Amino acid sequence: MTTIMTQAHPYLSDVHLALRDQVLRFVQDQVIPVGEAWEDQGMVPRDIFRRMGALGLLGIRVPEIYGGAELDALASVVLAEALGHSTFGGFTASVLVDTDMATPHLTRYGSDAQKAAWLPSIVAGDTITAIAVSEPDAGSDVKSIRTRAVRQGDHWVLNGAKTFITNGVHGDLYIVAAKTALDGKASHGISMFMVEKGTPGFRVSRALKKMGWLSSDTAELVFEDCRIPVENLLGEENHGFYAIMDNFQNERLVMAAMAVGEATKAIQLTLDHLRQREAFGSALWTIHGIRQRLAKRAAETEAARQLVYHAAWLESQGLECIKEVSMAKAFCCEITQGVVYDCVQFHGGMGYMRESAIERMARDARVLTIGGGATEVMFEEVAKRL
Amino acid sequence: MKVAVCLKRVPDTTTKIVIGSDGKSIDENGVKFVPNPYDEYALEEAIALKERAGAGETVVYSLGGDSSQETIRTALAMGIDRGVLLQGAGSADGFEVAKTFAAELKGGGFDLVLFGKLAVDDYNMQVGPMTAELLGVPCITTVAHLTLANGAIEAEREIEGGIEVCTCSMPAVLTIDKGLNTPRLPSLKGIMAAKKKPLEVRPVHVGVGTLMVSSLTLPPERLAGRIVGEGPDAVPALVSLLRTEAKVL
Repeated sequence: MTTIMTQAHPYLSDVHLALRDQVLRFVQDQVIPVGEAWEDQGMVPRDIFRRMGALGLLGIRVPEIYGGAELDALASVVLAEALGHSTFGGFTASVLVDTDMATPHLTRYGSDAQKAAWLPSIVAGDTITAIAVSEPDAGSDVKSIRTRAVRQGDHWVLNGAKTFITNGVHGDLYIVAAKTALDGKASHGISMFMVEKGTPGFRVSRALKKMGWLSSDTAELVFEDCRIPVENLLGEENHGFYAIMDNFQNERLVMAAMAVGEATKAIQLTLDHLRQREAFGSALWTIHGIRQRLAKRAAETEAARQLVYHAAWLESQGLECIKEVSMAKAFCCEITQGVVYDCVQFHGGMGYMRESAIERMARDARVLTIGGGATEVMFEEVAKRL
Repeated sequence: MKVAVCLKRVPDTTTKIVIGSDGKSIDENGVKFVPNPYDEYALEEAIALKERAGAGETVVYSLGGDSSQETIRTALAMGIDRGVLLQGAGSADGFEVAKTFAAELKGGGFDLVLFGKLAVDDYNMQVGPMTAELLGVPCITTVAHLTLANGAIEAEREIEGGIEVCTCSMPAVLTIDKGLNTPRLPSLKGIMAAKKKPLEVRPVHVGVGTLMVSSLTLPPERLAGRIVGEGPDAVPALVSLLRTEAKVL
């Protein structure tokens, strides 16, 4: 355990610190020893979601009346950072998509009836959620989505395709973005819908094979005259774009925090290796060039960590923070690329072997600068606000 | 069912220990502290006993500085009802610690007082039985299985080559072995509820006693292994070394 993860922090309450302790312990006892099998299976077992649900870890942001803890963005960041210490990026992504990327749409914009119907089972881990915005021709450029929803009496009829959807193969409830108006501003005509697994006209067309994040399932989805009842419209009609933009803040914060957790853990694993491994008569950790480089990586990671905590604090205070969150997403995820690159290098041949955690972590980390808002998109958000 | 658990804050067993400048204490800087793992079995048992009884109270006692409050909160987050910090410096002399606990527990009306079978920091295993003696109640140590019925206790202890079954009446002191249960992790709800549970701080004075720590040393670093040869030809050399050098034959 790194000392960083036992330190108090001016932004963190006793509850945040206790949450961090418990998530780290959960990850140590119930994820690290068995995660390898999930990589082979390409999914996180349901049972692990239910166990996390029983511990309250899936309802951190959900109102108490629906079984959640109703905590703030800092708590999400604490969860994401500690999950990052699992060394299984796919597991971490699968959980965070459920807790912090998909479910918040329901928590924030759902009607009382929708929340009462779904949130308790999401919090318990019985219902796994996915967020379906990206399409073959539209990623960060959300306005360009082409999936259509047309109102027909008591139903909406969805047609279109989605891709790169985490939890897409094994999820139960999908929050889907679709165009509901084609005239006027492109940002105006998008709405969000809840689509249940098994709805006629909705199918998983393909489970995608990835470079990393192997323990999470990623899918291509197809909607063909998929009829969903009008009460499954989530939030206000034609206001989906703003909901997506709003929730991007939380999504980006947890991705940044996850990256920092992974970088911290990678450095810790590398340090353990360097202290033990001898070459030319002494431990690798005595070599000046290695010490300096790893120390620099540790400094960068710590700086990134403080930035994401600060951005989360701004968010938790309700202060304007798009610039800081975008900075944190870009900076933390970019820093992590450099960290895992050096950590593989310092592990030598073992760092290239499938049996080492660092090999997996390096593959898993690559997507961090792409998913949830590519670095280039993040820096454009920053540039607009300079 | 009223159950007390005596809890100790100890360094995480995965922490790298550094000996302090006085040569007889550990340097606490950067060390992660956790509830003593054996005490967690005791905490779990206390909570489960109350749950099964459907009524009663569970109380956790810990002797130590203010930092032990965090350890007590962890116990409260698991589900213990209230905590008492016996605020004072501990002693290396288990008898002095036992006297402190006994003074606090006396008259508390507890049916059971539970300890972990040992604390993983000093491995003394003494405070539980001594506390029982001072309270004038029976004690069963290293309990690995427990049955309660009509005020009687039947406990199993894992002894060399078998299981020993002991019985006694309540009230009693039990020291708990691993295997009795699986301690629950505190849930987020538990963590939040723990903030509102009562945690009383009572300053205590623990005697120095007669047992003192004079020095601490880390175990010697493990030496590198040596390959004496390969195949059957190497056996005589290996046996000879095991006799003369390792002295295990």
